[in-house]
Amino acid sequence: MKLAKKSWNGTSAATGHFAQAKRGSWAGQHPWMQAKAVVGGLIVCALIVIGTLSPWIAPYDPGKQVLEATLKEPQWFDGAHFLGTDSLGRDILSRIIYGARVSLLVAFAVVVISGFVGVTLGAISGYFGGKIDFTIQKLVEVVWAFPPLLLAITILAFLGQGLFNLILALVAQRWIQYCRVVRGQALSLKSRDFVTATRALGASNQRIIRRHLLPNLVQISLVIGTFSMASAIIAEASLSFLGLGVPPEIPTWGTMLADSRSYISTAWWLALFPGLCIFLTVLSINLLGDAIRDLLDPRLKRTVKG
Amino acid sequence: MLQRLFGTLPVLLLITLLVFVLLHAAPGDPTTMLLGQETTGADLAEAKRRWGLDQPVHVQYVKFVLSAATGDFGKSFRFSAPVREVIAQRLPATIELALFSILIAVSLAVPLGVWAGARPNSWIDNLGTSLGLFGISMPNFWLGIMLILLLAGNFHVLPSSGRSTQTGFYFLDSVLQGNWIALKDAFLHVVMPALALGTNMVGILMRVTRSSVLEASNEEYIITARAKGLGEQVVLWHHVVTNALIPIITVVGLELGTLLSGSIIVETVFAWPGIGSLLITGVTARDYPLVTGLVLMYTVAFVTINLIIDALYALVDPRIRY
Repeated sequence: MKLAKKSWNGTSAATGHFAQAKRGSWAGQHPWMQAKAVVGGLIVCALIVIGTLSPWIAPYDPGKQVLEATLKEPQWFDGAHFLGTDSLGRDILSRIIYGARVSLLVAFAVVVISGFVGVTLGAISGYFGGKIDFTIQKLVEVVWAFPPLLLAITILAFLGQGLFNLILALVAQRWIQYCRVVRGQALSLKSRDFVTATRALGASNQRIIRRHLLPNLVQISLVIGTFSMASAIIAEASLSFLGLGVPPEIPTWGTMLADSRSYISTAWWLALFPGLCIFLTVLSINLLGDAIRDLLDPRLKRTVKG
Repeated sequence: MLQRLFGTLPVLLLITLLVFVLLHAAPGDPTTMLLGQETTGADLAEAKRRWGLDQPVHVQYVKFVLSAATGDFGKSFRFSAPVREVIAQRLPATIELALFSILIAVSLAVPLGVWAGARPNSWIDNLGTSLGLFGISMPNFWLGIMLILLLAGNFHVLPSSGRSTQTGFYFLDSVLQGNWIALKDAFLHVVMPALALGTNMVGILMRVTRSSVLEASNEEYIITARAKGLGEQVVLWHHVVTNALIPIITVVGLELGTLLSGSIIVETVFAWPGIGSLLITGVTARDYPLVTGLVLMYTVAFVTINLIIDALYALVDPRIRY
């Protein structure tokens, strides 16, 4: 293996590329990155459309059981059930389409709520410092000491199932990502000249945070949010798979996978399609996240990793 | 270092409080869940007294913290045995699985990441980066199910679930006893779960290795090393990689936590008798002492790993002192 010569002179091919790239523009970006953004964006858009329009797109009612047609193999275009049916005779394609709605809705709610909580607490923590900072950071430390998913499992196990509890359990862990990064940014922003100038003009703390700190934190929060959305989808599916997520009567990709386990040796299609959907969704959101991060600010490459 | 060690104590205390509050906010009564709905009156009161559930919550909590500090988590409702023993029996399985996953992840991701980082934007870099993205986006339990479907269901090359009949560290035991059949059996059982568990780590580790190698190769001491006339391989492995180690170690450490929680779900998929599947059993049975003991053990393990990682920094980079 030979090392690329150009990587020694300070501007390697990759970093040089991003250094030249103008912030907020596609000019000078690597073509592979543009492709990533387009593919990721298209799939995410398609999923949003499918999720929103699921009652009109789905060929069947996802909960309708047809006991004469259980465990039918995928019939593709030659039959009534494109992707086959499950052990209760429910149409897989319809359940996947409705599942997209639940997955996206839960992940979106989790990202927005944890973003709001995390950015607010992070900005307050970094801007005010002192006792408030200490208290919030102790809270962050406690949550940080839980391996991911363990806190959510603990919360769900004892508060019970349900959409609300699921979102709460996922938010409980996710807000600290925003909080840690935003706190650091707020700490450095608050000593900048424009903030000092605003304070000298007599602006209140609330106004400085709202009008001057938060707008500067939008970009980084957007990047964290995108990656957080991908991990929230996996987490939701994992919890539903363990039987701790949404109630079993709501079709989700995770519960479909859990149902498939008893038929793994006989009905491969039960496990393949919902899992493929989770994988493709997460992959495209990650692609989009990479692209957004590189586009908004190449320097973020070091602070936010997908 | 000692200061950091003591700094974690209040955090651990807060964690016990959080878990305790959560467990008691739960709907449902553990005694009726364990004894059945028909149990009434005297039996119920007797069971409550025996498990200490009749005392005020704060007394229960103080008792719990005091005994937990001595390593005594009480008695499991579900298994009618001390929590410590139940966990100790299952722990080796999880440690073995985790070690194998790390082994797979590190041996795949680090060479791939170094290779990709040393030749940015080459075909190998693009391939490696795409593989890394795949690894990150793959839900480990689905990968597990697919592996079972393919390797156990279709090709019958690997056993689909479980470990073997023994308990404890199979690998260590069979190597020590020279029992090669048992070793092969243990190996065949661990391959699929370890692969399913390690894939996410491959993705993340490969990305971090790539970017830290890329960053390190732009440093001036690398130009110096090349100017001295050192060979490309020596420069890469002795100068670039050693300087890129800190982010790699950090990620391995952080990912150990993800591995711990990932094992909860992967163990469930493969019926692996470790503490992850034990946690799910405890959760469904509302086994207060068992779940509290496990959650506490997981967090202590995670905090300890982070401390060890901090100590490793000083070893890798002598400029860092505590």
